[in-house]
Amino acid sequence: MPAERKAAAPSSVTFERGADSSLIVHLSGVWRMRHGLPTGDLLNRELMRTGQVRTGEIRRVVFEAGDLADWDSGLLVFVTRAIETCKARNLDTDISGLPAGVKRLIDLAEAVPENKEAETKADRRPFVERVGRATINYFDGLDEFVAFLGALAIAFGRLITGHARFRRVDLMIEIQDCGARAFGIVTLISFLVGVILAFMGAVQLQQFGASIYVADLVGIGMVRDMGAMMTAIIMAGRTGAAFAAQLGSMKVTQEIDALTTMGLAPMEFLVLPRVLALVLMMPLLCVYSDMLGILGGAAVGAGMLNISLGSYMRETFAAIELGGVFGGIFKATVYGAIIGTAGCLRGFQCGSSSSAVGDAATSAVVTGIVYVVVACGLFAVLFNILGL
Amino acid sequence: MSEIQSIQTARPRTESAEPDIVVRDLTMAYGDFVLMRNLNFVVKRSAVFIIMGGSGCGKSTLLRHLLGLKAPASGEILYGNLNFTHAGPEAREQQLRRFGVLYQGGALWSSMTLAENIGLPLEEFTDLSGAEIREVASLKLSLVGLKGFEDYYPSQISGGMQKRAGLARAIALDPEILFFDEPSAGLDPISSRLLDELILEIRDSLGATIVVVTHELASIFAIGDDSIFLDADSHTAIAQGNPRELLEHSADPRVRRFLTRGAEGEPEAAQGGKAGK
Repeated sequence: MPAERKAAAPSSVTFERGADSSLIVHLSGVWRMRHGLPTGDLLNRELMRTGQVRTGEIRRVVFEAGDLADWDSGLLVFVTRAIETCKARNLDTDISGLPAGVKRLIDLAEAVPENKEAETKADRRPFVERVGRATINYFDGLDEFVAFLGALAIAFGRLITGHARFRRVDLMIEIQDCGARAFGIVTLISFLVGVILAFMGAVQLQQFGASIYVADLVGIGMVRDMGAMMTAIIMAGRTGAAFAAQLGSMKVTQEIDALTTMGLAPMEFLVLPRVLALVLMMPLLCVYSDMLGILGGAAVGAGMLNISLGSYMRETFAAIELGGVFGGIFKATVYGAIIGTAGCLRGFQCGSSSSAVGDAATSAVVTGIVYVVVACGLFAVLFNILGL
Repeated sequence: MSEIQSIQTARPRTESAEPDIVVRDLTMAYGDFVLMRNLNFVVKRSAVFIIMGGSGCGKSTLLRHLLGLKAPASGEILYGNLNFTHAGPEAREQQLRRFGVLYQGGALWSSMTLAENIGLPLEEFTDLSGAEIREVASLKLSLVGLKGFEDYYPSQISGGMQKRAGLARAIALDPEILFFDEPSAGLDPISSRLLDELILEIRDSLGATIVVVTHELASIFAIGDDSIFLDADSHTAIAQGNPRELLEHSADPRVRRFLTRGAEGEPEAAQGGKAGK
């Protein structure tokens, strides 16, 4: 095997003028991709340098591989590139001097002509046009969103009239998943948010000797907004993403098609129990979060501000009103609907590949949180106008 | 009686049967891109109808149209007397309940056991009690050779078993029309052959009409009574009829090339390269 004899010789290309207006390309040494390769442009440069193509002194290019030691696809890349160069300059090529394997592979690579249509896939349109198209696509997406909301509303209508078809056990599983199983993380986050709020207030209020008002700050803050908001953000990341991933992968594996062709509407069978579970559980989680937040505040009060638990709680109960509590619960319910809908919508819009499932989950979280924050802003304005 | 005989003798008893599915001037498109145009064909009752063609020609898309999962760009699909394309939601749902579909990967609901998968349509569309549903599910599983796997989840069984379980679910409600999307994809030759036999058995015993999307030649010749050949380049159907007769009599080189695995018909450009190896 020549490979062993000349293993050390690196790949090299030399050019030589042959008889009957031909240029002989000598390929020698080891042509392995991992050793690096001569640039495919060498032949082009040689032809440019001599300038003998224009004068007609070179009409053929002959490849010779007498001293070739070893080769892999690297040689093929060089040779096919060189053949293309020759074609572009209307030169004949002769590859009969190459190893038989190389010749066969080159024939195979040239068997099917390049597909010009496939190449235009890349978007080379002008910037303005791309912006326009993206905008139109965005509004088309909005259509889909509105259609989804409409279908969901109809499904809820059928639920109220008792016609909706879904398995009670699915609803129970979802309730367990986005209710009981979310306790741990809601506990941790809400307690810490209470602690953070208390610290923020304490630093300022201590200067006035008004530390007791930390209880008011934490209580009102948690009950009116932070409880619902933090629960919503936790659930968007936890449950909204899960909905999108579940429905997305069900779409990829055609499980959703299987439901449809069985005469079971996926909107009722899959979306309804999920959104319903979240709408039912969010208010409960919100109340739980409120309590934990107040507890967090009390811990700071007792540990740092020397406020007894009893007086902290008395102050808290004096500060918060029932209206505020119900306002928070109402917000949490709306957030639940937003997160559930966003998760299911993104799941349904999922493309048919595994990376699309990941995109759907990401998009569900982003959509959920954005709409929750927007809704929070609207509520702030609305509640202010209503004087709540 | 050997199984080979049963395949060969299970020939159509349907020559004079009334049409079950009628497709008229169907055009399928994704946005502006027309996949297939002017499709016209009739599927006779209790026939095994094959939709064949090369990869990417629109076989599965045609199936999605037949199932109502995708709306035609133009044309219509009729089931018996029902114009499926223009029917209202209630009528469509009624019609859907007469279908059984085996999807490419089985498409079993992954959160349910096999028994629950098969039981779901029964639960929703019949008045059977829980125990009765379980019995029917066991029976259907035993028909596809999966007795004893009732409480397994789809992820716990092999791909071939998932496919058979998918078939058990498809026949849960004793459908009038059964659709198969690439039944032999991902199966070894023997499992694929057993599935073919199962398809014929279901046709013969339940009298169901069978529509199969496939490019598996062995299956096509073994079970097909009638067929349509979709061609990706001309964007329409270029041949119809019994596959074995097409093999013998079709003059179209594209059809011949497909049915003979490239041995006849148009010369294949890459053949030189393959022959050289």
